[in-house]
Amino acid sequence: MSAIGNPMIRMPSSAKKGEIVEVRSLIMNPMTTGLQKNKAGKIIPAHFIQTVEVTFGAKPLSHLDWSTAVSANPYLAFKMRAEDSGILEMTWKDNQGGVWSAKASLKVA
Amino acid sequence: MSNMMKRREFINKSALGMVVVAGSSYLIPGIANAANVPGWPAAPFDAKVLDKAMEASIKTTSVTTSPKVHLTAPTIAENGAAVPVTVDVDYPMDPDDYIDTIYLYIDHNPTPLASEFHFTPANGRAYFQERVKMAKTDHMRVVAKTNKGVLMASAPREVKVTIGGCGG
Repeated sequence: MSAIGNPMIRMPSSAKKGEIVEVRSLIMNPMTTGLQKNKAGKIIPAHFIQTVEVTFGAKPLSHLDWSTAVSANPYLAFKMRAEDSGILEMTWKDNQGGVWSAKASLKVA
Repeated sequence: MSNMMKRREFINKSALGMVVVAGSSYLIPGIANAANVPGWPAAPFDAKVLDKAMEASIKTTSVTTSPKVHLTAPTIAENGAAVPVTVDVDYPMDPDDYIDTIYLYIDHNPTPLASEFHFTPANGRAYFQERVKMAKTDHMRVVAKTNKGVLMASAPREVKVTIGGCGG
């Protein structure tokens, strides 16, 4: 519960042109809803990632909007078509000003 | 002529300025906390019932189901705090015809809209996997929207939850 951030991306380091590759990612975040109380009966404030931006070669690839229904320490997998070599970058932003980024590179043969 | 151009440019720029101002005032929700990330759609995420959440996100509450939209989740989830969900849509991802957004709803969660995934044709496939919280045994469903605004839904999928995902 104390760890936060530490984003990770796993994807193949190389692919054939036109191949569809899977990108898997993980980040530490409590994703609290703001509806639960702690043991002392006080509301635990909402603290959750709201947006995830994904770019490849600095061009927008995808973006996500998340609610508090996404589980703690969110895992996310998605796909992309490998057309050119480049860097995939993901940026997570939470409602308390937290911003984290991670990168992974892909070589297209 | 060059004066005209400048005037036109000025009009365009000021019109743009108006749009930005209008947009940013919309993004500061009075209800939720003021620290929402810019661009995060507060209205559909704050909706408390499924119909309102669908209305606010896709402007309708009835969407035809399509066998192309696959929603996979366990029949029984031991832990409602992390229910794995896989969504896959059999649809081309061509530059002029592709799945633009997938909305995931959990019918009776305190706020039913769980996530929005916005794709580009470069994704190659409208697919994602994530884990979500479910308060109790419930149905979840996804709606896929093409770049032309065509909507198609998955069949609702029931997940039996033995331990709820929202405390307790």
